[in-house]
Amino acid sequence: MSTVTVFGLCAAAVASLGLYGLITDPRPLRKIIAFNLLGSGVFLLFGVVGRRGAAAGIGNDPVPQALVITGIVVAFSATALAIALLLRLFQTTAFLEPSIRAAPGDDPDRAAS
Amino acid sequence: MLPPAPALEAITTPSGFLLVPSIAVPLTGVVLAFVLGDRYVRLVAYAIIPLGLAIAVTILVALRQSAGPLVYLLGAWPPPLGVALRADGVSAVMLAATAVVICAVAVYAHADFKDTATRAPFAFWILLLAIWAALDTIFVGGDLFTLYVALELLTFAAVPLVSLEGHPDTLRAAIRYLLFALLGSVLYLLGTALLYGGYGTLDIALLSHRIQAEPASFLAAALMTAGLLAKTALFPLHLWLPPAHAGAPAAASAILSGLVVKGSFFIIVRLWFKVMPALPGLPATQLLAALGASAIIFGSVLALRQQRLKLLVAYSTVAQLGYLFLMFPLAFEASGKLEDGNALSGGLLQAVSHATAKAAMFMAAGSIYARLGHDRLTDLHGLVRTMPLSVLAFALAGIALVGVQPSGASLAKELLLRAAAERGQWWWAVVLEAGGMLTAAYVVLVLAHALVPTDGRIASTGPALHVRNIAALVLALCSLSLGLLPWDSYLAVSHGSVSGFFAVETLTKTLSSVLGGVVLAILIAPWPHPDAYLTRWKMVASILGLFQRSCHRSVGCLERANHVLCQWPAASMFLLILALLFGALMVGAHTFRPG
Repeated sequence: MSTVTVFGLCAAAVASLGLYGLITDPRPLRKIIAFNLLGSGVFLLFGVVGRRGAAAGIGNDPVPQALVITGIVVAFSATALAIALLLRLFQTTAFLEPSIRAAPGDDPDRAAS
Repeated sequence: MLPPAPALEAITTPSGFLLVPSIAVPLTGVVLAFVLGDRYVRLVAYAIIPLGLAIAVTILVALRQSAGPLVYLLGAWPPPLGVALRADGVSAVMLAATAVVICAVAVYAHADFKDTATRAPFAFWILLLAIWAALDTIFVGGDLFTLYVALELLTFAAVPLVSLEGHPDTLRAAIRYLLFALLGSVLYLLGTALLYGGYGTLDIALLSHRIQAEPASFLAAALMTAGLLAKTALFPLHLWLPPAHAGAPAAASAILSGLVVKGSFFIIVRLWFKVMPALPGLPATQLLAALGASAIIFGSVLALRQQRLKLLVAYSTVAQLGYLFLMFPLAFEASGKLEDGNALSGGLLQAVSHATAKAAMFMAAGSIYARLGHDRLTDLHGLVRTMPLSVLAFALAGIALVGVQPSGASLAKELLLRAAAERGQWWWAVVLEAGGMLTAAYVVLVLAHALVPTDGRIASTGPALHVRNIAALVLALCSLSLGLLPWDSYLAVSHGSVSGFFAVETLTKTLSSVLGGVVLAILIAPWPHPDAYLTRWKMVASILGLFQRSCHRSVGCLERANHVLCQWPAASMFLLILALLFGALMVGAHTFRPG
């Protein structure tokens, strides 16, 4: 088994772990971590793609690396935004109800304009 | 119609530089507003917004004079190494529609976000400009990774708009929206990784030449489509939309419902029509339209069951998004490809007319909320005397959505009906007609509540602001007159496709859909039992009550199903199932291709 295949399988494993967590875990913080895991799997896949050098038959394609760096920045901002919202939620509800399961807008009296 | 583009658009066209300021100007506004701070944020926004509108109009004019799409190569590096910006007729139309809606929202929000005591106004104006920049990037972006980044920027700008007021409920809605959107965008990114691995480019024009019908590209297409559907909130992936859109402040809801969901829809269109027109095959397009049809039914029926005006409008968005997906099977030509034509033009016109009409509707609903301090439907009786302009704006936007001539929706419907007749897919024509009736039903429901005469004047808590109503009215009128514009230089609208205005046939069609809507509204909406008000006609009341009860029972099933679909695990499982289904259908279409 070549290194590229091993890395590809690792990417698949990490991504599926992240996907499982994102779907099944009801806690928002765990969901955010799972999203990061899923993202890491996808970035690893980009690395594999670069290693294969599909573009020009060259050994190392630099474009996927540039894409991964951009992707990491995007995932980082997403995480920051999600954590900020979560912190704000915890502050306003005084740590009462961390679950986001209930559909908020359906409540006629409490929802905002 | 524009002449076909050259195979490889690898040079910057003369007016291609126009595409840069369309992105750069709103972004400059964001940066300037940050630097100048709280006090000047509105000033910056009001300086930038007319400039942006002017650029959008210039692009429209330039495209008309140019022989093909406008192209700009960043740093003069040609793809696959460089990144190209391209604007064809479709992008130009979307750019212009976005600019118009943003202008109207800016006028509307003038009164809303005035006081600088909180951070909300500062955030609102910056996010408004950021959304504009992200949308423009989506409309002119020429490569799939640029589109990914723009899509993420759009989400990051849209999510805080939901929770602008900082209530726990809206914060929860925002987190839900963000997480589901992130799940969708990761799937999209996975698809781009697979495509890059297979073909060594993500440039749309290059990729469309290189892409082959093979497992990797099927998988990529399925994942990207499913991910984008999650961001577009197509049924059954709509769990985040109603709480997010109904909870946001009115000006933000108008942007979210009118424009933000169109961003991911536009990428789906790019993906299916430009990147891989031959890949999906007929079954996958039928599945997409079937999801659209279920969205129309579910969204409209649930809209009829809502107690609050803003939730009703939000569920109406779920329904209207379904319409946008009806064009896919109708654009499927005998050559086995998705091609530009009446169907695509119809779908995009529907998107533009929904953007304007829905923004106007949310604005009207927001004015009503601001004036009354609530938006409970049953307490809106006699509203027309207190707020005639708001009710008029809502009614006009509703009429435009139903598809009364000469609205954009009516032209779109006609183009789609024509395409359905050409392809012999009559079932989508039925869905289109039924959808018009369902739309009429919830518009009639709201107007019925607002027009009911009452003895006392309705209690108002907020001030009356005419600027708001005028912004909503102008936007509704815009949507209502879209059918009169000369679309043929930008979209593939065949000449003479518009039947005469106010012909007897179209009038009867409109009347029948409105009447059908009235009947549906009576049967489905949660009225009090007819015995209560039809005291004289016991017979009529009992028959009506019988029908209502049976309707309510079946609608109850729909509501329970919706409740299940709005749970996170169910929705995300559906997301994966849809990806699998799309993949299987695409593979199937290529394996069992006749001949």
